[in-house]
Amino acid sequence: MTETSGLPPRPLSPHLSIWRWHVTMFTSIAHRVTGMGLYAAALIAAGWAVSLASGPEVYGAYMALLGSLLGKLVLFAITLALFYHLANGIRHLVWDFGYGFKIRTADFSGVVVIAFAVAASIGLWIVAAMRGLL
Amino acid sequence: MEGGYRTPLARARGLGAAGHGAGHWISERLSSLALVPLVLWVVYAGLQVAGAGYDGAVAWVRHPLNAVLLGLLLAVSFQHMHAGMRVVVEDYIHKTATKAVLLILNLFVCVLFGALAVFAVLKVALSGAF
Repeated sequence: MTETSGLPPRPLSPHLSIWRWHVTMFTSIAHRVTGMGLYAAALIAAGWAVSLASGPEVYGAYMALLGSLLGKLVLFAITLALFYHLANGIRHLVWDFGYGFKIRTADFSGVVVIAFAVAASIGLWIVAAMRGLL
Repeated sequence: MEGGYRTPLARARGLGAAGHGAGHWISERLSSLALVPLVLWVVYAGLQVAGAGYDGAVAWVRHPLNAVLLGLLLAVSFQHMHAGMRVVVEDYIHKTATKAVLLILNLFVCVLFGALAVFAVLKVALSGAF
């Protein structure tokens, strides 16, 4: 054993507790979180297809569940996660071609992705409301 | 020998140091590329189908283009989310047994729900009468 007991404990990677939060860090974590949320969303979508194949009564009950207040909250969260993961996924594809890695560019594209996800989600739900779907 | 330390056989196999090549990386990118137009389409479609009721939804799924695109969206989505969740498990779960159980569970859930959804779409699309 080396004599290290008198020293403060060393920080461990990925230093989450000591790093100042920044945009690229948030977008990276949010990509994983929304991806896992969309995993649950895909199971809900599979349930929709199975309910449709099970006849009008089951379909009606499933749509009533999705149309309840809790259902609408979940659907709005799914909308937000979907638009975020879509836009940030395109950002990742651009990175895969080697573009957009300058810190200011990556920060800016991160802000654009977040703004797009929020604006597109609210916009889509306004369109849905105007079509009388809410 | 020019070209580094790899033998001609290793280069011909093209699998690299990890032993499975770039296949996983490429399939993640290809599935995300395919999902961009498919997701935009299904968001638009969702607005049409949400208020159409049972009959409207069945009629929509029966349209050949909708049935095929929906089937493709489901297949690519479940493949993509399997790959994504697999990476998450591999990154954060380090106990071998727990990791194995979660990886198998992830595969089974994706295959089961993907198969259920695709079969349901086919059943609606192909059944003749109500």
